[in-house]
Amino acid sequence: MARAAVLGRLTWQVGTVAALRDESATARTITVDVPGWPGHLAGQHVDVRLTAPDGYSAERSYSIASAPQNGQAGSQKLDLTVQRLADGEVSPYLTQTLEVGYPLELRGPIGGWFVWDPAGPRAAAPVLLVAGGSGVVPLMAMIRERAAAGSRTPFRLIYSVRDPGAVLYGDELAQREQAGDGLEVRYVYTRTAPPGSGQPTGRISAALIAAAGWPPESSPAMFACGPTGFVEAAADLLVRGGQNPGAIKTERFGPSGGQS
Amino acid sequence: MSDYMDGNMLGGALAELFSMDVTSATVTCVSCGASWAIAQTRVYPHAPGMVARCPACDAVLLRLVRGPDRAWLDLRGINCLQLAVPGS
Repeated sequence: MARAAVLGRLTWQVGTVAALRDESATARTITVDVPGWPGHLAGQHVDVRLTAPDGYSAERSYSIASAPQNGQAGSQKLDLTVQRLADGEVSPYLTQTLEVGYPLELRGPIGGWFVWDPAGPRAAAPVLLVAGGSGVVPLMAMIRERAAAGSRTPFRLIYSVRDPGAVLYGDELAQREQAGDGLEVRYVYTRTAPPGSGQPTGRISAALIAAAGWPPESSPAMFACGPTGFVEAAADLLVRGGQNPGAIKTERFGPSGGQS
Repeated sequence: MSDYMDGNMLGGALAELFSMDVTSATVTCVSCGASWAIAQTRVYPHAPGMVARCPACDAVLLRLVRGPDRAWLDLRGINCLQLAVPGS
């Protein structure tokens, strides 16, 4: 159960942008300082609301990228990574206009289902994370939480991206993988593989899921996040590979591959 | 049709109304009897309000419309909402 989710009714609150960091040509991480932030679980999201001077407002959900409390007790900062969509209503503002010091209205943390909790009842089960594009964001929170909590639960990440330039957190993932404490990362490039890698391009497949995932006998916990079509395909492949459908948790962004 | 999202996205709007996380709650579909976590339902956010449908039979489970100072929550497609109550 989500500890942070039992505190009572949620209300909107205003945070302040504390830092900005570009993750790719079209994605940016926003560190928000939220007074009284109650903490969160890895995988939860927040709703962000923008309001125009004429009163028109738009809300979108964004996954939290940082581990709960960034591994530090009492921290009231959280990271959101936002993928810019060309025809988006909210994401262009968040990724291009927003500056450090700006206020940001949000409510959260939200959701007690798509979460990985190192203190939860299934914390020791091996974990398979399947990310399509910016669907990696809540899964990165789980990877960071695993490290922050000192967990040695084996994690495998299958990360599907269009091309190498679209990878988010690439350096950090490489470092964490090289630490050799039980995180393995497998990239799938749908259009362009890294030059000279000799890696084929293509979509996730049954063979890849079987090679880079876990056998059903190990009873893994599985989390898939990304565009709706990607997540449907990933969940189908897992079930056809013999995995327990009840152990597969999904978060779908809709058809566009992002929450505009 | 892939113009839907997950019930996860209802979390914020429902948390404004309920004191606990409803997306983890289990619901049973009136139409076909299948059970789901609210987080697993298919949400169509483009209607005036949000509509959650059963992933198995596509029946409408829940509709939520939010106005400036009130909310309308229609649970017509759910015959039971099972919530884990912490500490009980």
